[in-house]
Amino acid sequence: MHDRELLYLAGGVLGLLLVASVIGWFAARRSLSDAGRATVSNLNARMRAWWIMTAVFGLALATGGMGSILLFAFTSFTALREFITLTPTRYGDHRALFWAFFVVTPLQYLLLAVEWYGMFTILIPVYVFLLLPIRAAAAGETEKFLERTAKIQWGLMICVYCASHAPAILVLLNIPGYENQNAKLLFYFVLICELSDVLQYVFGKTFGRHPVAPAVSPKKTWEGLIGGVTATIAIGAGLWWATPFTPLQAAGICLAITLMGFGGGLVMSAIKRDRGIKDWGTAIEGHGGVLDRIDSLCFAAPVFFHLVRYYFAVT
Amino acid sequence: MTSHLVAAFLRLLTGITAHWRGCGPDVRQRIYFANHSSNLDAPALWAALPPALRELTCPVAARDYWTAGRVRQHLAEKVFNAVLIERKAPTARDNPIEDMLKAMGERRSLILFPEGGRFPGPDPVEFKAGLYHLAKKRPELELIPVLLDNLNRVLPKGELLPAPLIASATFGAPLRLETGEQRNDFLTRARQAILDLRQN
Repeated sequence: MHDRELLYLAGGVLGLLLVASVIGWFAARRSLSDAGRATVSNLNARMRAWWIMTAVFGLALATGGMGSILLFAFTSFTALREFITLTPTRYGDHRALFWAFFVVTPLQYLLLAVEWYGMFTILIPVYVFLLLPIRAAAAGETEKFLERTAKIQWGLMICVYCASHAPAILVLLNIPGYENQNAKLLFYFVLICELSDVLQYVFGKTFGRHPVAPAVSPKKTWEGLIGGVTATIAIGAGLWWATPFTPLQAAGICLAITLMGFGGGLVMSAIKRDRGIKDWGTAIEGHGGVLDRIDSLCFAAPVFFHLVRYYFAVT
Repeated sequence: MTSHLVAAFLRLLTGITAHWRGCGPDVRQRIYFANHSSNLDAPALWAALPPALRELTCPVAARDYWTAGRVRQHLAEKVFNAVLIERKAPTARDNPIEDMLKAMGERRSLILFPEGGRFPGPDPVEFKAGLYHLAKKRPELELIPVLLDNLNRVLPKGELLPAPLIASATFGAPLRLETGEQRNDFLTRARQAILDLRQN
């Protein structure tokens, strides 16, 4: 890794994590009310998870394309498990589910590994979309057939198809003047996604007063959204030097990422609320399941990928 | 060593997590009784226990299924320490209750499926009498109700290929056979204990 800019980005993130951890450590030592202590404890659990996720992601980036592809493949697999577990399926779906987990998911990432963009882009939305219902129909169980089929397809689209567009940034984008630097772009994208989540949460907790969609998620407020998005765009534009964009272009792309990310969080909250659950799983302490952490990334990844592809890459 | 690897593999495949709701993972002689809908139930529940308990716990399993091949037989006898019983009509010579009591001895715990077979519904059907007979012979043992969730979706009856959904095992508060309690009352109470674990 001789790319200095990538080292600066990584160093910046590590510095941020360190500062946040120190603040959390001091906050834990002060005696607070019960509610205050619970918040601090939750924040510190989240900090620990952030360190681990950063380390894992950093390691994957360091090993080049294959490491990131494998990491996201495993992440998609786990997110899909969480989604399908909380989706009512019946015996007739069993074979289709086996295919979804052990054939479709690895295949999508294999297509990335061999850089077959054409098939990568249509495998799930076209072929899986058509073939999986055929398999399920052949199994013969027709009760709630459309519902079950639609839910499985939806899970595959979000957890596998959309998520796979993140490592695609590394592998499938050919940006003139930015050769061999795509790792920085992937890092930038993930950083902006997660920063947007965290800043919306912080602004929301500090200034939040007017919920955006109270029936869906009482914690998402206009103050949190506007504050978080503005702050993230400011930081994202400030990091333009690590990207192939000008500062203005970086700001525009960050706007797209943050709005899609917010939308993703809202949609997944709506699903959870309908099913009466708070988190998709318990895999990451302080955050919930894997899907809880990547829901905004899943919505933002395809949009980011295509914006960059249309305006900056050669095909 | 093999048993650690097998347990790790099962936990990875089924994502099974143990929720100790009504009791803790104490090293104590117990009978764990659970609902039954999949051939994965016994191995997964065994794998969900902490290693110290796993060594001392014998799942009760159907002899005809688990001796159907060399691998399965080795797993059942050497890895799971299973008590293999006849699923068909028990004869006087081939009494499963005696086999279970002998396997338990003074130290080992048992995993039992009182429904007598695999049933696809989420709720357990009426219990057979095995649990009652065991409780009568060893009244001092804790009987722990266990609710197994989603294993029937991971490996439904009749399927060979698994779907890696996330399963869970919820352990409830211990039951004991009351003095003078009738068999049917006891079995109904035990079944209800498992149903109650569904409430959050």
